[in-house]
Amino acid sequence: MWKKIMLILLAVLAFAAVYPICFLLAGSLMGTGELQENLSAAQEGGAGYVRMPGLPQYPTLQSYVELLLDSPEFFVMFWNSVKLTAGILLGQLLFGVPAAWGFAKGSFPFRKLLFTIYILLMMMPFQVLMLSDYLLLDTMRLLDTHAGLVLLSVFSTFPVFLMYRFFDSVPDALVEAARLDGASQWQVFLYVGLPLGSPGIISTMVLGFLEYWNLMEPPMTFLKSKQLWPLALYLPNISLEEAGAAFAASVMALIPAILVFLAGQDYLEKGIVAAAVKE
Amino acid sequence: MKKNIKKNQTGFLFVLPSLLGVLFFLVIPFADVVRRSFLGALSGAWAGLANYRTVFSNTAFRLAAGNTLRFEAVCIPLLLALSLFTALILNSLKSHIQFYKSCFLIPMAIPVASAVLLWKVLFHERGLLSGLLHLFHLPGEDWMRTPWAFWILIASYLWKNLGYDVVLWLAGLSGISPSLYEAARVDGAGRRQCFWYITLPSLLPSLFTISVLSILNSFKVFREAYLAAGDYPHESMYLLQHLFNNWYRDLSMDKMAAGAVIHAGVIFLMVLTLKRAWDGED
Repeated sequence: MWKKIMLILLAVLAFAAVYPICFLLAGSLMGTGELQENLSAAQEGGAGYVRMPGLPQYPTLQSYVELLLDSPEFFVMFWNSVKLTAGILLGQLLFGVPAAWGFAKGSFPFRKLLFTIYILLMMMPFQVLMLSDYLLLDTMRLLDTHAGLVLLSVFSTFPVFLMYRFFDSVPDALVEAARLDGASQWQVFLYVGLPLGSPGIISTMVLGFLEYWNLMEPPMTFLKSKQLWPLALYLPNISLEEAGAAFAASVMALIPAILVFLAGQDYLEKGIVAAAVKE
Repeated sequence: MKKNIKKNQTGFLFVLPSLLGVLFFLVIPFADVVRRSFLGALSGAWAGLANYRTVFSNTAFRLAAGNTLRFEAVCIPLLLALSLFTALILNSLKSHIQFYKSCFLIPMAIPVASAVLLWKVLFHERGLLSGLLHLFHLPGEDWMRTPWAFWILIASYLWKNLGYDVVLWLAGLSGISPSLYEAARVDGAGRRQCFWYITLPSLLPSLFTISVLSILNSFKVFREAYLAAGDYPHESMYLLQHLFNNWYRDLSMDKMAAGAVIHAGVIFLMVLTLKRAWDGED
């Protein structure tokens, strides 16, 4: 009996977690007429209450067709999101992976102190760094550019911290053995570190993708020109009057994130655990 | 001797590029903000603690800081309890564990901007929630403009982060040796006793890191708040990020600088405590 109640509770929670996806999918497959009818209560002078059936009565791809054919700005924003996310992740790979390896397996003066500074910086929310980011971008004349936003996030220290956790669990004996065999530091990193640390690198990239695909505060603050905005800023500006477009655009923004999620779920879980638990 | 020097330096070159970036893009600009926090906004002259005094006596700052603290104080314990509860049920299941985990993790992948559409439909005065209440003859409201807004924000935080914490708890649970439970059962311990005397104490070391990661994630809740309610939301959910945004728009650099230093100081203290806990694990 007790067990059954628990199971029902669990199922209810799980349903609540995935409901938004069902909601978006259902809405995006409704025709304009059906959406109008369901949402009419939310409009000026509407009566009754909004309804949102789990399944569209007359499924149609009309909203998608209209979004993809008639709104060129959607593609611009989608492309902006891709550019920002890809730029940040590539930069983090380039600078973060070697740094994480160096912190995990190197030994040099102030290593511990420097790493503590990294941890400290990763805890700082956007509002703390907002003014310094602004002053920096202003001096470099990078306000209102994608390059500025990418630069700010490339040196975020969380990825270094996360990959450090994985590199740290590479056995020291292996590293020593490679060195004794005459491998240079660079070769040890390339042929021992990278292969053994690759799950950590992938975990970091999966978590990073979900984070930066969703990036909002910095673009909102530092991008004035609308044509530079990522999807995350564009979506909320579609009003309920254009519900069809809003639903279809929301699903389109969701798809890349869900694909990455499905393909990388194991790595995602590893990444979550690695940040908290020492192996 | 030469070998020793070389050994002392291993790995530094790997760190150097990232370190220079961090120095140039994060540390030096922030040091500049610390300097500015002691200067007058217009004059640029030394102003001592004047900016700090202005910030602390600012009603908007008090409201935002109070709300942010209240938010943390409510959402962190709630999330920890709910996720532990969920993890315990999952741990006792024999099948479908992976399926449930996926369900709970999926909100992490849903862009806030996509979810906001649901918010609008759910919490509109004539939205789904009001409609549901109407079935029970209860009055509806424009939820985002009532004190309920705060609780909606809590709910959305729980929704987004439940899976993250469940995965962390499950990792903690899997580290408890089954032989402990067997031994306890042989000695006649019931399920409740097993929980209080084995499970909970074994999870205690993870509790601290899980809390801190949950706090780290809670800073992102502003996105939902902003997208659903704009620059001036109901006062129950006016958070520090709203305040900084409004200062930014007014170009109140002096207040921003002092505010950022205070905020960073609070987090600094928190991290020091965390660090002690982590080092204690070794």
